[in-house]
Amino acid sequence: MHADTKRFWLKHAAVAAMVACGLPLAQAQDAPKSVRIGWAIAKTGPNAGGTATTVTPNYEMWVKEINAAGGLMLKAYGKRVPIEVVEYDDRSSSEEAVRATERLMTQDKVDFVLPPWGTANNLAVGPTYEKHKYPLLAVNSVTDKAPDLVKRWKHAFFFLGTGTQYAEALVSYLEEAKKAGKIGDKIAMVNIADGFGVELANAARKAAAKHGFTLVYDKSYPIGTQDMTPILNEVKGKGADTFIAFSYPPDTFLITDQSKVLGLNPKVMFLGVGSQFPMYKQKFGASAEGIMGPGGVDFDSPAIKDYFQRHVASSKQEPDRFASTVQYAALQVLQQAIEKVGKIDRAAVTNEIRTGSFDTILGPVKLENQLFNNLWWVGQWQNGEFYGVAPSAKKGAKPALLPKPAWKN
Amino acid sequence: MNFLDVLLAGATLGGLYGLVAMGLTLQYGVARIMNLSYGEFLIAPAFLTYVLVSQFGLSPLWVLVLAIPLGFAVQWLVYQLLLTPLVRRTGAGPALEVDSILATFGLLFVVQGAMLVVFGGNYYSYEYLSVPIHVLGSTVAANRLLVLVVAVLVGGGLYALLTRTRMGTVVRAVSVAPRFAQLVGINVRQTSALAFGMGGALVAVSGVLVSMFLPFSASMGTMFAMKALIVVIMGGVGNLMGCLMAGLLLGFAETLVASFVDPGLTLAVNFGLFLLVLLFRPTGLFGKAAR
Repeated sequence: MHADTKRFWLKHAAVAAMVACGLPLAQAQDAPKSVRIGWAIAKTGPNAGGTATTVTPNYEMWVKEINAAGGLMLKAYGKRVPIEVVEYDDRSSSEEAVRATERLMTQDKVDFVLPPWGTANNLAVGPTYEKHKYPLLAVNSVTDKAPDLVKRWKHAFFFLGTGTQYAEALVSYLEEAKKAGKIGDKIAMVNIADGFGVELANAARKAAAKHGFTLVYDKSYPIGTQDMTPILNEVKGKGADTFIAFSYPPDTFLITDQSKVLGLNPKVMFLGVGSQFPMYKQKFGASAEGIMGPGGVDFDSPAIKDYFQRHVASSKQEPDRFASTVQYAALQVLQQAIEKVGKIDRAAVTNEIRTGSFDTILGPVKLENQLFNNLWWVGQWQNGEFYGVAPSAKKGAKPALLPKPAWKN
Repeated sequence: MNFLDVLLAGATLGGLYGLVAMGLTLQYGVARIMNLSYGEFLIAPAFLTYVLVSQFGLSPLWVLVLAIPLGFAVQWLVYQLLLTPLVRRTGAGPALEVDSILATFGLLFVVQGAMLVVFGGNYYSYEYLSVPIHVLGSTVAANRLLVLVVAVLVGGGLYALLTRTRMGTVVRAVSVAPRFAQLVGINVRQTSALAFGMGGALVAVSGVLVSMFLPFSASMGTMFAMKALIVVIMGGVGNLMGCLMAGLLLGFAETLVASFVDPGLTLAVNFGLFLLVLLFRPTGLFGKAAR
């Protein structure tokens, strides 16, 4: 009893002495051994291809680079703290993504969670992030609902714009071309019957009506379609100068390949996700010339050049020219927000992301109402690179190549 | 869209479906093994082709020749090492189907995991014979036409093999009456292994052909396996010609609907047809009455 009382007084005296000496309490406590970052992404299933191209290499490179520099700088403790990763496979299923995200937050108690690939899965995990008050940096997600969602989800941030923004930018460009007499007013359009395809097709339908275009073909096709011949033959007979396909990677490849074989060569050919992939360039080579798609990159920017080199060195593959650069920029935003706050305080970090300005490979990034809007909406393959062409006023924009040149063999 | 376009597109797509399913019908029909890892053994040769074509500049046609013995050997070994203990334990009775489903389901993840480790989740694709061939004013890709030709040749050849040779008779005997086949001196287990291996050769050939014109990734196997399963059941389990016919039927139905109604309905037509067959001919289009 006596010894216990003695220890009690000694401990309190020590604390009192420390406070008296002006030592900050945070330093008195130990700094965390690591910043725990979790992610549940598609390592298997239909989303694995998109994830492996756009998400995984960036997540891994980001962690590798930060840890090589000693970790994240937490100024509250005056030291760098390395990142520790907890990783799950969501098997491309929304249910599994939600379950794994919940697990990361409640069981593994990670400090931050990085989201999956794909509009559907990002929207599926949204409520879980909100419930546990984790910031959601939704990059690989394009939805018109984003401006509404952020009103309910105070912790969600959308980095890839809305379907309407892409459709509007594309159709406005087409209208300019039409006024210049370069194309007619007929558009043929197909879309995959899934989140991204449906969103963009709906937006494009409205934009086409608004800008005086007629949709002479407008159909959807299911995931897993292995032959586009019926669609392409039909499109060929419609005499449209513009062919738009809001497709996913496997069908983007298929449409390109079969259009080439069937001799479908419209003046404007805009394809969906996959048209900006390194594999696309590798497979189609000179035939890719003039193909348009969402995204694009300003290759004159030194920060982008540097990013491309580091990406290749880190994962032995090039980044895609759509979401990859945005994905990495979003990670830079998270990193800088944590370092500005200087400790693991999710509420403060979330607030920093919402209000702060960040220096990224895309230049300064500042979110407006939790949305990032300074994006390339339309890109085009020109001389072996996928340049941003719209908005044409954006720095680094290239004039678009019109009409699309003939297919090469 | 003219009629010939529809005919060609339907035939090439149907040929693909039929070809992909033929190996499964042999494995399921003769060896009584519902091979759920079937799709993975289609993707693996596709990756092999990609490596040999892009790294060593080999022609995919040579890989096609190589795929036959290799695919046979791999699946024969799978049968001998993984499935024979199950066959022994269950006495090839009804429990074998359940056990083999579970075992091959596990194998699915092993093979898929190995491919994911080596190749990652990315899409792979290369260019081969992607040239137009003009048939009476209609156009078709040479690589897709090749699939149809191979499907018809393989289907016809195997059919002849099964119906005209002694070995074929043995295989059919095992398929129809595995319990009685051994009474006439047939080694059922070896015949099953042989059929399983032949299925392996067939699926490897389809994998090489598919890699010529479809982009593929390590996680795509299941999609092919599911389609193959539908075709197998529609055609009548273990029936090669039924398999080819059911594949062609699906191909034509999809193409017709995509051309004249709406491409969004292809999946619905697929399952609609499947349902109709199940309702009115539960043993498949060419299946015999329940054994």
